[in-house]
Amino acid sequence: MHRNIKLLAMPVLLAALLSATAMGAGIKKDLKIAFLPKQINNPYEVIADNGGLEAIKEMGGVGKVVGPSDAGASSQVSYINTLITQKQNAIVIAANDANAVVPYLKKAQAQGIKVVTFDSDTAPEGRALFINQADSESIGRGQIQLLSKLIGGEGEFAILSATPNATNQNTWIKWMEDELKKPEYAKIKLVKVAYGNDDDQKSFVETQGLLQAYPNLKAIVAPTTVGISAAARYISTSPKKGTFVVTGLGTPNQMRAFVKNGTVKAFQLWDPGALGYLAAYAAANLASGNITGKEGETFEAGKLGKRTVGKSGEVILGPPTTFDASNIDNFNF
Amino acid sequence: MDTPRKLNLRFSWEAMLCVVLVMSLGLGRGLSGEFLGAANMSNLLADFTEIALMALPMTLIIVAAEIDLSVASVMGMSSALMGVLWHMGLPMPLVVVLVLAAGVLAGLFNGLVIVRLGLPSLAITIGTLAMFRGFSYLLLGDQAIADFPANWTTFGISTVGDSFLPQPFILVILAAIGFTVLLQSTAFGRSLYAIGSNQTAAHFSGVDVARTKIKLFVLSGFMSALAGIIYTLRFSSARGDNGEGFELSVVAAVLFGGVSIFGGKGSLVGVLLSLLIIGVLKNALTLYDVSSEVLTIVTGLLLLSSVLVPNIAERLRAARIKRVMAAKAVAAR
Repeated sequence: MHRNIKLLAMPVLLAALLSATAMGAGIKKDLKIAFLPKQINNPYEVIADNGGLEAIKEMGGVGKVVGPSDAGASSQVSYINTLITQKQNAIVIAANDANAVVPYLKKAQAQGIKVVTFDSDTAPEGRALFINQADSESIGRGQIQLLSKLIGGEGEFAILSATPNATNQNTWIKWMEDELKKPEYAKIKLVKVAYGNDDDQKSFVETQGLLQAYPNLKAIVAPTTVGISAAARYISTSPKKGTFVVTGLGTPNQMRAFVKNGTVKAFQLWDPGALGYLAAYAAANLASGNITGKEGETFEAGKLGKRTVGKSGEVILGPPTTFDASNIDNFNF
Repeated sequence: MDTPRKLNLRFSWEAMLCVVLVMSLGLGRGLSGEFLGAANMSNLLADFTEIALMALPMTLIIVAAEIDLSVASVMGMSSALMGVLWHMGLPMPLVVVLVLAAGVLAGLFNGLVIVRLGLPSLAITIGTLAMFRGFSYLLLGDQAIADFPANWTTFGISTVGDSFLPQPFILVILAAIGFTVLLQSTAFGRSLYAIGSNQTAAHFSGVDVARTKIKLFVLSGFMSALAGIIYTLRFSSARGDNGEGFELSVVAAVLFGGVSIFGGKGSLVGVLLSLLIIGVLKNALTLYDVSSEVLTIVTGLLLLSSVLVPNIAERLRAARIKRVMAAKAVAAR
């Protein structure tokens, strides 16, 4: 009888042990992980940070979000210094300036703090891993493909970007310009790249300016969540509503009303919550010593499954999703 | 009018600032055990290097009942110019000299327009605030220049020997001594108080008001350019938007230091104490994870109190003197 119970219990115990290692994947308990967004209260960054906090909670760590209220080159630096003083285990940062934060992140790394960038990268020596939403090339090309579909393959359009120094925006614009060189887009013309500084008011005024300066303008592509909603708000009150195309990168919750009232037909984005979630798992795996950031290493990222570190420490979340009236209600972020 | 001596006990803003500084340091120590550590003290001082460099000449200007709101724009323009000149292949020492010269020219422009047109510096420098910022975007556009030589950028982030003193902070100490001597123990300094109290009286007592004012704005332009150079080296990043909004921090520090916005009153000791208090509070509250919105509110409250407290104290004293005089008059009758 006793023997039987033992015999029965053994495989159960073994299975439990195995599943525990698979689930936790050797992540240390009580890791202190801090998210440092470009700017607090930016709706996009809030979603990304919340995804990160959710992951940290899953792993039994202590997460927090700190950051500046302006997006200047240096405003993140005093926060990095503070996080070093507080002896955090890892910092997950979306950098405002690819270089300004690097000396300070190096100091953090020298003291054993793991650094992961997400959304907007730094120079490689500043971090161990960069969690990229999708590769920049597919985002840039995808935006032009969507635009071409929406304006029927011809006409003038303008880009409404964030700040002139935003690394991610500039890379996407470069790929958009590259995609435009293909013969099928010969009748599409980019007339101007305007900057709304990721400020709602400024983006709104820039939209107004673009429409006045280019009477034949057919579309605005705003690869920034602040820009696209400001542009949509302006167009929704203008007589061009319904004929003028506003597209770009935005969140479903922010754009839902504009899709429903016919101002916006379609736009794209990846799930920023999943981006933060992935970044938190990457940071925890670094801090637990499971990975170092070398190409080819793999780690478990909770519900996102197994991920592989690519070239120069880049981990890619996946291709963007196109949202339109048919699917927007399936998303809540 | 011989008021009783005890009523003449001057309300000393500097003494009060000393008390507030000690209290802030105590608060910092209480909120975080790491606060008084050498590394944290180093960050704390480094954090307000540029603000301090610009607050010194600003003190002199406000004592003379003028204001220079273009300081942060001159700083940004200097940073951008530094990047451009370096990219043109000039040697760093020459770049530094040329940038400082450009700062002097910017200050000279401010001074000449104010004096020749006899217009308020508030209006003129709001104009040049926009103009100089425009120049910096013209110079660098959307670029950020980061490839400054390592031996220069190391200066920006190193400390003196093994101490906690950031190397750029030596400039703050030297400038603070220089400006204190200039304001408190030279004829030039005394003429500023005279101009600030009563410009016409100063003119008739032999002060060359126009020349003095031009000198002040030139000094301010020079120091703003110096701040721009230090900032660029500290963050190895020359950008057109560097230091955006710093003018308000500079003016806030000067006013909280007890310098009257109406001119004629205030000391550099007060301003230096105020810079330290703001630095300590900001650092301590950040270490305690107080959000940056609350930090902005704290700065606002400090500024308000610097205007309100002396005003209320003044009124209370006036009321007491009136009461005592009235009582005396009754007794004499």
